[in-house]
Amino acid sequence: MLLRHTTKEVKVREGLTINPAKTCQPVGALYAALGIHGCLPHSHGSQGCCAYHRSMLTRHYKEPVMAATSSFTEGASVFGGQANLLASIDTIFSVYDPDIIAVHSTCLSETIGDDLQQITKKAADDGKIPEGKHVIYASTPSFVGSHVTGYANMVVGMAEQFAESTGEKKEQVNLIAGWMEPSDMREIKKLSKELGAKIVLFPDTSDVLDAPQTGKHEFYPKGGVTIPELKSTGDSLSSIALGCISAEPAAVALDKKCGVPFETVDMPIGISATDRFIMALSKAASVSVPDEITSERGRLLDAMTDMDQYFYGKKVALFGDPDQVIPLTEFLLDLGMLPLHIVSGTPGKRFEKRMAEILERSPGANFKNGLGADTFLLHQWMKNEPVDLLIGNSYGKYIARDENIPFIRFGFPIVDRIGHSYFPSVGYSGGLRLVEKILGVFMDRQDREAPEEKFELVM
Amino acid sequence: MEQIQILKEREKQIFEKKDGGAAFDISCETTSLSGSVSQRACVFCGSRVVLYPVADALHLVHGPIGCAAYTWDIRGSVSSGPELHRLSFSTDLQETDVIFGGEKKLYASLIELIEQYQPKAAFIYSTCIIGIIGDDIDAVCRKVAKETSIPVLPVHSEGFKGTKKDGYRAACISLMKLVGTAETNDISPYSINILGEFNLAGEAWIIREYYEKMGIQVVSTMTGDGRVDAVRKAHGATLNVVQCSGSMTSLAKDMEEKYAIPFIRVSYFGIEDMASALYDVAKHFPDRPDIMEKAREIVKSEVERLYPQLQKFKAALSGKKAAIYVGGAFKTFSLIKALRSLGMSVVLAGSQTGNSDDYGNLKEMCDEGTVIVDDSNPVELSKFILEKEADLLIGGVKERPIAFKLGVAFCDHNHERKIPLAGFIGMYNFALEVYQSVMSPVWQFAPRKGGLK
Repeated sequence: MLLRHTTKEVKVREGLTINPAKTCQPVGALYAALGIHGCLPHSHGSQGCCAYHRSMLTRHYKEPVMAATSSFTEGASVFGGQANLLASIDTIFSVYDPDIIAVHSTCLSETIGDDLQQITKKAADDGKIPEGKHVIYASTPSFVGSHVTGYANMVVGMAEQFAESTGEKKEQVNLIAGWMEPSDMREIKKLSKELGAKIVLFPDTSDVLDAPQTGKHEFYPKGGVTIPELKSTGDSLSSIALGCISAEPAAVALDKKCGVPFETVDMPIGISATDRFIMALSKAASVSVPDEITSERGRLLDAMTDMDQYFYGKKVALFGDPDQVIPLTEFLLDLGMLPLHIVSGTPGKRFEKRMAEILERSPGANFKNGLGADTFLLHQWMKNEPVDLLIGNSYGKYIARDENIPFIRFGFPIVDRIGHSYFPSVGYSGGLRLVEKILGVFMDRQDREAPEEKFELVM
Repeated sequence: MEQIQILKEREKQIFEKKDGGAAFDISCETTSLSGSVSQRACVFCGSRVVLYPVADALHLVHGPIGCAAYTWDIRGSVSSGPELHRLSFSTDLQETDVIFGGEKKLYASLIELIEQYQPKAAFIYSTCIIGIIGDDIDAVCRKVAKETSIPVLPVHSEGFKGTKKDGYRAACISLMKLVGTAETNDISPYSINILGEFNLAGEAWIIREYYEKMGIQVVSTMTGDGRVDAVRKAHGATLNVVQCSGSMTSLAKDMEEKYAIPFIRVSYFGIEDMASALYDVAKHFPDRPDIMEKAREIVKSEVERLYPQLQKFKAALSGKKAAIYVGGAFKTFSLIKALRSLGMSVVLAGSQTGNSDDYGNLKEMCDEGTVIVDDSNPVELSKFILEKEADLLIGGVKERPIAFKLGVAFCDHNHERKIPLAGFIGMYNFALEVYQSVMSPVWQFAPRKGGLK
């Protein structure tokens, strides 16, 4: 009982987080930046930040993750980090030769007052940025938001600092990816192709963090949205943001800068959210939905109806990032399950509002996000009203083990299983994968624990 | 494979051992160059890894959420009892705290946590931002210690205030405050503290058992499977036995100064070093020849069992080449010897935090043509692995996927090891792991080393 100390009684805590359901902004910014082709993310702060982010992403993806750091020293923290960042830009372009450096700040550099916009401008003015190369930035202090907002801020940086409007519209739609896996981004591109919609997806970590074994260590793997593609987003017909927290801010920025209208849909996880995404994209790109996609949907629906009896009425606790938790909760309800306890460490009113709408169908459900919404609280809720299934990142395994309930890994980070970078959770095939996983853990448990006379062959 | 460029400013941190080559003068113990893709971490990381295994203490990270989140149960430092160290506690500082200070929040968090978890002591880690906003964590710790009657120890581990080594030092300073605060009546004169052993995969238990078999009392292990009460009476031991010298030598020196406890440096990796670790301790108790006798018996029986088992691995691995890039330089010495005993040679040896003595020793140990690096980066590592045609890389979490992408075998000799690599049994496990990775059938499908082979 690793969590033997978790009490049933829920007390108000004064700003203390136990076993968090979030981490800090910079790692999100770093992850987003990896979704640009030829980009070296740069952490403007102490050396440890960058090492931790790289380690965390490496554990999650089992891939090399490259990023540079300003390596703050005591001097830098007194006199400001401008010199460190300017020296970094020099070093990076001369040694690692990326097409673009994506700088994000940290709690340290923000607190001492470094202004990334001013410093990157100075770098440009001083001729430190070679012809045809770029430096973009995002402000991501660790004491604001979470890894999810850090991701959103870097995606805003991409839109604001690259999009151009030439005055001539392009027959393409921007798809702004919320924080999702490389496999999910690959699936979004596949669905768009099947639809016949011309899109620019950004960021795009497929073929970056799910790179094949080739006998080479590619410092800049072949994937990622390209700079010409990013520039062209200002001329697109419209944007669709996949997620109101991690993607919408970039859509707003594009609208503001280049007048590209946008629509926000939930991340396409589960049947309802995927339906809405397909409808939104087919409308935006003026294409009709092909039979291929209708059949895919039909296969998901077929599995849902075939196995309905095993889902119905099952109680679920889940935690994770808002843009994933929202559609996942909806999908669980669509399957006849009862999401009861839900936490997300990321703050924001949008989550509360959206969850309140969705959970009208599950009266009595608890949900909380932001400060105090950690997995300790989730566990306490579960002790008060037990559930049949837990869904969350790898850190859920402590709770699942203590409570002896089935557990499905979903979200970030997953450091003890593979699959998330290869198989999508989005789209109809992603829905099918979730259905299979949920059924699998329920049935494995039944097979393991059923008394002999109730041990069944056919299920 | 195109030539990979080495950064000019890094030239002094790379050395290739050659006959009649340039004089040995490797630059180390410097901060990393701004803009490098360094594999190093920060001061906080250093403190956290040293103190984390104290299992019945509360570890509260004072700062924004990241520092606590990234260090939540990522090291396999196992405990035989309490497991409070495996949870994650953070004051989760917000923007308003940064403006108005986080002392109140720290105080409230400590009171709540100590009441709920009843820890034996509490370690409060300062992160970067605390050093900037100027919270007086010492004062808060004193106040809480008084109110709760447990030791509440500040750890000054602001990330930017030096390197990981400075974090080790900050951790040792906190431990030193605990040492000497309990009775030592039950401690025999034939006793030691095991320092710098973190019980990854249960290694401290193996080492402890050897010493106990020799008739020696182990007062404390710092900090593997650590307990506050054991640390408090560590000053009662007769000798400090220090492994992983980078992290714990400063504590050993402080204890020598304050309590006149001498210390020796040992390593538990490989047959030679493991045997020396037992003999060197036995030598410290000349009036008890039975201790040395026992040490010889242990070594003899372990080696007799181990030696034949290693032959299969040696036959397969002879002539293979290894690259080593680990945290501390001391570990590389043992690894070189261990690899040689398997018939392997070392073509690249490096560390994140070695000092000039370490690198001098390393140069003496290495064969001609071996590359020695300090604070390396993935570009360099890839370059030398390919150029030197290494068959195996030994490293940590960030190096693993680089090796596999290059089609090179890998062994984690860092905190993600899953099996004990220390002790005689550890040598068997190490050989097995190296053998399994080098000889794996998957390599027949994989293009290797840039497609050259």
